[in-house]
Amino acid sequence: MATIAAHVLESTEPYIIDVGRTYYRELNNQIRELAAEGVKRFVLKNVMGQRYLCAGLSHEISVEVHGTPGEDMAVFMDGPKITVYGNAQNAIGNTMNEGKIVVHGLGGDVIGYGMRGGRIYVRDNVGYRVGIHMKGYFDKQPVIVVGGKAGDFLGEYMAGGCLVVLGATVNDDRPIVGDYCAAGMHGGRLYVRGQVRAERLGKEVKVFNLEEQDVQFLTPILQDFAHTFNRDLDIFDFGQYCKILPVSSRPYGNLYAY
Amino acid sequence: MEKTWFVERPYPNEKDISSCGLIGLINTDGRRVPGELIRDAMANMHDRGNGLGGGFGAYGIYPTWQDHYCMHVMYEDQSKVVPLEAFLYDKLRVDHVEEIPVAASRKIRKYPYFRRYFIAPPAADESEADTFMVETVMEINQADNGAFVISSGRNMGVFKGVGYPEDIYDFFRLDEYEGYIWTAHNRFPTNTPGWWGGAHPFSLLDWSIVHNGEISSYGINRRYLEMFGYVCALQTDTEVVAYLLDLLVRRHGLTFEQASAVLAPPLWKDIDAMPAPKKEEFKKMRMIYASASLNGPFAFLLAYSGGLIGLNDRVKLRPLVVARKDKTWYMSSEESAIRVVEPELEEMFAPPAGKPFIVELDKAPAAV
Repeated sequence: MATIAAHVLESTEPYIIDVGRTYYRELNNQIRELAAEGVKRFVLKNVMGQRYLCAGLSHEISVEVHGTPGEDMAVFMDGPKITVYGNAQNAIGNTMNEGKIVVHGLGGDVIGYGMRGGRIYVRDNVGYRVGIHMKGYFDKQPVIVVGGKAGDFLGEYMAGGCLVVLGATVNDDRPIVGDYCAAGMHGGRLYVRGQVRAERLGKEVKVFNLEEQDVQFLTPILQDFAHTFNRDLDIFDFGQYCKILPVSSRPYGNLYAY
Repeated sequence: MEKTWFVERPYPNEKDISSCGLIGLINTDGRRVPGELIRDAMANMHDRGNGLGGGFGAYGIYPTWQDHYCMHVMYEDQSKVVPLEAFLYDKLRVDHVEEIPVAASRKIRKYPYFRRYFIAPPAADESEADTFMVETVMEINQADNGAFVISSGRNMGVFKGVGYPEDIYDFFRLDEYEGYIWTAHNRFPTNTPGWWGGAHPFSLLDWSIVHNGEISSYGINRRYLEMFGYVCALQTDTEVVAYLLDLLVRRHGLTFEQASAVLAPPLWKDIDAMPAPKKEEFKKMRMIYASASLNGPFAFLLAYSGGLIGLNDRVKLRPLVVARKDKTWYMSSEESAIRVVEPELEEMFAPPAGKPFIVELDKAPAAV
């Protein structure tokens, strides 16, 4: 690899890659090597479904993605900030540990599977199985905020962290969350800006009104979300929200014990 | 001697598990386009397959013979041609026959022999003619004759084999064809050997289907179909869907919505929540067609001469997105594959699971 010009490292100018049909392995290796050499900002143009973008990267870099990134973007990611100008495909933020993903468009299915830390903001609707198996541990508390609506199995088997669905950026006749919402949930918090019918919910959860501490927790997240998308969103009407929490603790704690 | 289509049959009639890529397009104004778009889009999903199956379905490709059934036949080798043709000519009026032109390459070195037969409708009554064709296809496919019928519809054809789809495209010289519907498939078989007959699409009359997923109910579906004269001979789960469509829509007269509700039946709790007349209808369909419903994950593209349908299993275990630009609708496993050939889309979304997304031609295809 050619030595990177000093002005690229020192300046705030981004390193621009015209991706086109470059194979994903080559692209990811290139980003990894450049990040290791000290490049802080990347602009990826013309992205065409390359998989595993920024997989496992732990550098403090920011990556702008123009085009459509492929499956499993930011899998195991541990620090970078990725902004997608377009729609994301499936399984973004899979087992992500730290960092931030911002999607200016639609999100696919299985967003933030087993996510352990960091944040994901999706401006519009997301697909099925968003935030399943999310987990949290002391200060590692992942957050997913969805500006639109979510499909079935939202927060299935959720164990920690926080999921927020706003239903604010799209206007369609779908319900704000799909069926089997929070099925098997046993940790974490799920906020929905609207009401969720009881038959759509898993059997392990109950619906609550927001309390003062919820408002305090949510306000900076929502401000950041609105600021990120540069939109004057009417999302601070906390009376409209509901909170979904598991009502059992370690329900299977004795499954393998006498 | 090793057979050209690699059918060693170590696991006869076993089901197949696959995790594949699919894409299709339909021009609702009936405009015919070369398949290049679909090849390029599919090439972008190269990694969804493993080179053990690729195929294309194309509609509107034989305008000169549009009233004739076109039988694409795959022969183990050329020695199998004479006996089958004797059988065919005895039974049907074949007005034109030719080799399907192929171009061998480094990538596709070993391959079966392909011919196509343009067959005059065997009866004046359309339904009678269709039934006779289906019976003939079943008879050929289950006989030990070294030949399989790959497609048998009018003004359409299926081209498939062992290889990556872009290589299969070049092998069949598909840049020489123009169609108003194209479907394509990239196969990743994991449970049965990849062989030429096991690639997608699977087709009967003008039905064709490409499938990403696995049909766990293959055994019960196959036995159910046998009661109606359909014999599954191609050793791959997806085959049942082509025959189920023929049974449900052509023979039993179900609408596509109803047929979809048979293939991907709503859960009982959802049926219970339906208003009274609809509830009764869906209850009946679940009971009557219990053995026709599909279990397992799937995303399908179902094509016929009048349209293209996308359908997911009811809990969305495989990806499927839909997009539109002008009069062209795309359905694909991945959005990026569509964007490669059409960056500026007017609509782009993922349809809800278990509900068919149906795009039909603006007007019925010309003279059939």
